[in-house]
Amino acid sequence: MNSALALEVERLRVELDGTRVDIIDEVSFSVLAGHVLGLVGESGSGKTTAGLAVLGHTRRGARIAAGEVRIEGRNVLALSGLERQSLRGKLVSYVPQDPASALNPALRIGKQLDETLSEHGFGNAEARKARITEALGEVLLPGDEVFLRRYPHQLSGGQQQRVALAMAFANRPRVIVLDEPTTGLDVTTQAHVLATVRDLCQAHGVAAVYVSHDLSVVATLATDVAVMYSGRLVEVGPTSALFRHAAHPYTRRLIEAIPELSGEHALVGIPGSAPRPGLRPQGCYFAPRCEYVRDVCRVTFPPVETVVKGHEVRCYRYEAVLQESLAARPAAPRRPELQAEEALVAIRGVQASHGARQVLFDVELVVRPRECVALVGESGSGKTTLARCIAGLHKNYEGEISFCGDLLPAGCRARNQETRRDIQYVFQSPYSSLNPRKTIGQIIAQPLRLFFDARGDEARRRVVEALERVQLNSSVLDRYPHQLSGGERQRAAIARALIAEPRLLVCDEVTSALDVSVQAAIIDVLGELQRDLDIGLLFVTHNLALIRTLSQEVAVMSEGRIVERGLVDSVLDHPKAEYTKKLLSDTPSLEAAMAAAR
Amino acid sequence: MSEAGAAATAVAIPPPARRRRPWFALLAGAWHQGRTKVGLLLLLLLGGSALLGPYFAPYSPTEFVAPPFSTPSDFGWFGADLLGRDVLSRFLWGGRTVLALSTLATLMGMILGTAIGLIAAYSRGVLDDVLMRAMDVLLSFPQIVFALVLAATVGPKLWLLVLAVGITTTPRVARIARGAAVEVVERDFIRAAEAIGEPRRRILLGDVLPNITGPLVVEASLRLSFNIAVVAGLSFLGFGIQPPNADWGLMINENKNGLTIQPWPVILPVAAIGLLTIATSLIGDGLSRSVAGIDRGGRAKE
Repeated sequence: MNSALALEVERLRVELDGTRVDIIDEVSFSVLAGHVLGLVGESGSGKTTAGLAVLGHTRRGARIAAGEVRIEGRNVLALSGLERQSLRGKLVSYVPQDPASALNPALRIGKQLDETLSEHGFGNAEARKARITEALGEVLLPGDEVFLRRYPHQLSGGQQQRVALAMAFANRPRVIVLDEPTTGLDVTTQAHVLATVRDLCQAHGVAAVYVSHDLSVVATLATDVAVMYSGRLVEVGPTSALFRHAAHPYTRRLIEAIPELSGEHALVGIPGSAPRPGLRPQGCYFAPRCEYVRDVCRVTFPPVETVVKGHEVRCYRYEAVLQESLAARPAAPRRPELQAEEALVAIRGVQASHGARQVLFDVELVVRPRECVALVGESGSGKTTLARCIAGLHKNYEGEISFCGDLLPAGCRARNQETRRDIQYVFQSPYSSLNPRKTIGQIIAQPLRLFFDARGDEARRRVVEALERVQLNSSVLDRYPHQLSGGERQRAAIARALIAEPRLLVCDEVTSALDVSVQAAIIDVLGELQRDLDIGLLFVTHNLALIRTLSQEVAVMSEGRIVERGLVDSVLDHPKAEYTKKLLSDTPSLEAAMAAAR
Repeated sequence: MSEAGAAATAVAIPPPARRRRPWFALLAGAWHQGRTKVGLLLLLLLGGSALLGPYFAPYSPTEFVAPPFSTPSDFGWFGADLLGRDVLSRFLWGGRTVLALSTLATLMGMILGTAIGLIAAYSRGVLDDVLMRAMDVLLSFPQIVFALVLAATVGPKLWLLVLAVGITTTPRVARIARGAAVEVVERDFIRAAEAIGEPRRRILLGDVLPNITGPLVVEASLRLSFNIAVVAGLSFLGFGIQPPNADWGLMINENKNGLTIQPWPVILPVAAIGLLTIATSLIGDGLSRSVAGIDRGGRAKE
């Protein structure tokens, strides 16, 4: 492997158009040929902006104000628009987050790949054909005529993303920017795509910038990691050094927020939120949320300090941070003991369909009071449908769902008021589950009015109580959902469920739309509720790493069937079903990656 | 209530900090467009003269004050009409009916249409099909023909005019309401309301309706501008207010033969009707741009 410097980014600054407000600034990093740099950060940290700037591109409303991007010594930013355009796809290429919107739905796969090549004057038709077959082979797709004649919608999400990869690698670029390319994919597909990216980068000596919010993925894939916070690079270093000896407090907090399969450590969220461009404080931007903060941190932004060669950090207090061992993380709180009790919800032989398509086959599941059952499966496994059947949001099923021994009718309109109160449902996306035209106070008071006929002061008092339970300040009462962050919205949604005093809480992928630091806080809130409030919890998720911290029992779903059921420890440590084993081995894990690097 | 309780509430619940209601943003966004200001100014001027005009009219609208078709040089500000009545007075008296009838008809159409659109969007299935196909049937009649048929069978009654124009407004509003609501009823917060057993009526009025006010407000102002023209047209054709009462549409019809000698009794109402429709559609345009701007901003933030 040659280790020539393929990409150098120096003091890059991107501003909001027409203002002097920077989105990112002082971003410098370099990537060797064949290496993968993981650019990590939470939503709004500027990681995508930095990734796009490598191509000399910005989103609308932003512009590159200063800095250099050198690809094999050539400054991309000094080139004219047309020259830059001819570089893209040839010298530097891009793989977007959502392949479904990146591929042209009206063109056949073969035609689209051919365009990428012919646009850059690649050989004659015959040579292009050969290269297309080769490129598709590299991403483990068939390069035959039948496949080339397909349209994007005829491929699965994973296949589409691999076509996008093939397209990006087709011209043998020197640099490739991947913007969260596996976010929408299942873990198994994600594992394939990650392996493909790693192999191709090494085989062709391509320098890759892998933009991601998922530290576990970055730990498995990247050779180096750059951590972004609020538009600044706060720490850069080789992957193992950075994760084992994180020198920036923010990096530490991020690592502590990552859920682990072992579930030994408590998940710790980061309170507060990152400042937005234009609203950043003086001094270090992380200072308001930092536990190591000193007066000097509030005056000027820290300069770049070198921990060891190649590992740089922007923190005045990095030596103090390094003193503390990462292993000293708080242990996970004990989950309540499982008690043999009557079932709260018992599901027997449930078959459900969407229209003519059957999605659930003969499903059996039991949730007891004070118990958390995790329902794990990939997208399309039917886990959400099952959760919705229980909550009465999906009517089209056969079989028995009983609650406290009584058979539940299908559909919430057919159920009585008491059952509707006893079973509460929290939705996946807090962006669509709260009415944008109502205040948080009005939204949370809605169940109160229906179930307890509470109004006025009494209602307001109980709403404030519910908000406190989910660690929200009462100042959000009169705000509208769009004035809240994603994490705050999801807490409000949980508060709405809690105020009904339910006996069963169904949580459908409640953290999948949120950042890891926020996810950790939400999981923390749910665990506390379950310990304090004696409610049963059905926790639906695709993330195996989350369940050990929260649940006693787990049910693994695949293609509409429950393939394995049992206590969390026994299922995760000694999986019996092939599918569970596969799922476990494909789940990216920081611990596993660290162990492998050792 | 004890004072201690009130004090405790005051501590626990801080006063609302920055409370900008979404519809306020809509209006503010519209106000920042020049077209809205021009539209409002015109509406204020013409609406004002129609509403308050009678108090300022120099003569009674039915009083004969000068020889027929006296020009402004012979009599008053705008001369006299075919029967020798003061043109200015008749103009000032004649706006009320047009404005009142078209506003009432628009209101009726908006309420009916919104209700039908909401119910269709929420219920889906057969009811949706039945309601919307019925709307399509209504839509296939030209507005003015429908009104003419009704008026010809029952006779020229004012309530009939409102009914006819209101009914023909309904399907257009229903389509807009349904189109906007279909997307809203798919969102999770509607599922959340259903799951806790919120009655259908409250879901429609409390959860869906506030989310489609933008397009509805825009539609209302556009419908109003169309309906002003239709109502004026119907009274021109003799199905509105009956002579000798003053009315803009009627004035045009009565005086069209004298256009070459005394054009003012035609020009004044024509200009007023024209400017009124322009005013309401300018306002509608401003509102719709504001809605689009808010949507763009809202999406970009996500």
